[in-house]
Amino acid sequence: MDDDDESAEAALGAPGPADVDTVIHTHALTKRYRGGQLAVDGLDLAVPAGSVFGFLGPNGSGKTTTIRMLMGLIEPTSGTARVLGHPMPRASRAVLPHVGALIEGPALYGFLSGRDNLLRYDAADPTADPRTRRARVASALERVGMTAAAGKKAKAYSLGMKQRLGLAAALLQPRRLLVLDEPTNGLDPQGMREIRVLVRELAAEGTTVFLSSHLLDEIEQVCTHAAVMARGRLLTQGPVSDLAARARGRLVVTTPDAADAARVLKEQGVADVVVTEDRVTGEPADRELAELNEALVAAGVRVRGFGVERASLEDAFVALTGEGFDVAG
Amino acid sequence: MWRAEAKAVPVKAAPGEAASVEAASVEAESGEAASVEAASVEAAPGQAAPVEAAWVAGGAIGRPVSRLWTLGLFRSELTITLRRWRTLALLGVLAAVPVLVGIAVKIETGDGSTAGQRGDGGAGPAFMAQITNNGLFLVFTALAATLPFLLPMAVGVVAGDAVAGEANSGTLRYLLVAPAGRTRLLLAKYATTVTFCLLATLVVAVSALAVGALLFPLGDLTTISGTRISLADGLVRALFIALAVTASLLGVAALGLFVSTLTNSGIAAMATTVGLLTTVQILDQIPQLHAIQPYLFSHYWLSFADLMREPVYWVELQKNLGLQAVYVAVFGSAAWARFTTKDVTA
Repeated sequence: MDDDDESAEAALGAPGPADVDTVIHTHALTKRYRGGQLAVDGLDLAVPAGSVFGFLGPNGSGKTTTIRMLMGLIEPTSGTARVLGHPMPRASRAVLPHVGALIEGPALYGFLSGRDNLLRYDAADPTADPRTRRARVASALERVGMTAAAGKKAKAYSLGMKQRLGLAAALLQPRRLLVLDEPTNGLDPQGMREIRVLVRELAAEGTTVFLSSHLLDEIEQVCTHAAVMARGRLLTQGPVSDLAARARGRLVVTTPDAADAARVLKEQGVADVVVTEDRVTGEPADRELAELNEALVAAGVRVRGFGVERASLEDAFVALTGEGFDVAG
Repeated sequence: MWRAEAKAVPVKAAPGEAASVEAASVEAESGEAASVEAASVEAAPGQAAPVEAAWVAGGAIGRPVSRLWTLGLFRSELTITLRRWRTLALLGVLAAVPVLVGIAVKIETGDGSTAGQRGDGGAGPAFMAQITNNGLFLVFTALAATLPFLLPMAVGVVAGDAVAGEANSGTLRYLLVAPAGRTRLLLAKYATTVTFCLLATLVVAVSALAVGALLFPLGDLTTISGTRISLADGLVRALFIALAVTASLLGVAALGLFVSTLTNSGIAAMATTVGLLTTVQILDQIPQLHAIQPYLFSHYWLSFADLMREPVYWVELQKNLGLQAVYVAVFGSAAWARFTTKDVTA
């Protein structure tokens, strides 16, 4: 049995066919809590290897339940989840040493120093070499800028410091996948920037980063791919550029002759024309934008600015859900 | 930096070794998991080799599972437990009991009379009367005084908090994704609780011995049966008595650990365990309930005194050990069944 397994793995490679390029792959993943509440409903998620994957959704949309199922903390009611090509939660012991995780905020032993907290978590990893433990803890602390505060008791830490220490715990070993749930929670703008830099560095090193956040612009800044959840269901997933492109860019004309400009644009087939003071915006028709500008100028409209505003992920989200994203989840 | 590390691994030589490590760790988790692996592999003929290389370079090979790892987890667990202020306070209280008893006996017998012979007619714990003749008896007295409630309460607090406390603070989820492995984590926690049982008993015994030696004479002693034994023999018996007391606490430890897996509140688990302990002690005192009393974990606790007979009377000591073993088996299994299937949502 053991030998068969070994030779098969050596010859064929461990992951199944669907998982060659996907680090996380779920099929019809469903979780119904004991109260009957459906937290995650038939989720088909595919996270490409090497991506920085943004996981979006309002509070209670099932993001954390999904992450907990992926990490083997809770058992799915039905459906399957594969992480790094192996089924979860069954292969937890083979998979999880390659995964660093920050789930629902950091959790620390308040009576231990930051360094001792990391030593404790490292001792729980069966693949962590005790001989290199101190060195790895020191470099993880260094990486999140916590070296100076490492000797302080964790209960004296600010939320931002706890967050950094939680990140350090996820970085104790080289990881193939990082699962970061709201990693910038509690951080000041400088801290947020540092985390973004860190995420980009890790991605450049080949680590896949699965990042949940309620900050759309953050997802837009660091993520290559994104998925949107609402009410336990997956609304969409794909490259961020595709998602944003789905909400089409808007034509923006800045002019002192707003009324004239609006009339001309309508004549030229621009839909949904909106005038706000000296800005006229609309959905451009499928035609050369230069011709629109020519028509404006020909009609004697004085044009100060003319261009297409790129659609943001927020526009995409609004287009998808028909609602704003004013949620902290 | 990590890239360089990954590249440094000779991928050519790697697959066999990597696969064996992988297979071993999967096997260790459950036989079922291994067969699932094999099935998924068979379903993927013609799988590209580079994937294997990536998996190997990813680190499975660089990280063989240490054989002594469970020991490392146990050591970490024990350190954490002993660094909690609460644990130290409990041990401090336990250490103070012999001091109080010793001083009280010394004051009471300052006029030359024997403890327990005045007024209350010797209602104190066993062996109390002999303390003035031999300080070693303070060890037995202190253990007899702390075993009914103080010792098991301390154990109940530590055991009750073991899983529930970590769930409450959220550290449990990080231990599990480390991944500590649920069975091993539970074993490490039970081993830690058992170690605490021994430690708590020894704290009482050593404190009592120190106080006894300081306040009273030491020397040959008389057993319950009336025979004389040397001080050395007495010390050996004291050690066995400490072990018997420790063994008496194993059932409570298992019960507390089981309760601890039921809730996400450390306080609730501790209170429940201590509550159960009190209830059982009360039930053990009600004569009408004599039919169930032999099955209560505390029923044979004071059998440790039989080690002071000459020859030693083993029947109740053995019954106690057997009963504790049953409690450990039943509640240990229940804790395992609960903990390995529980959804960790805290």
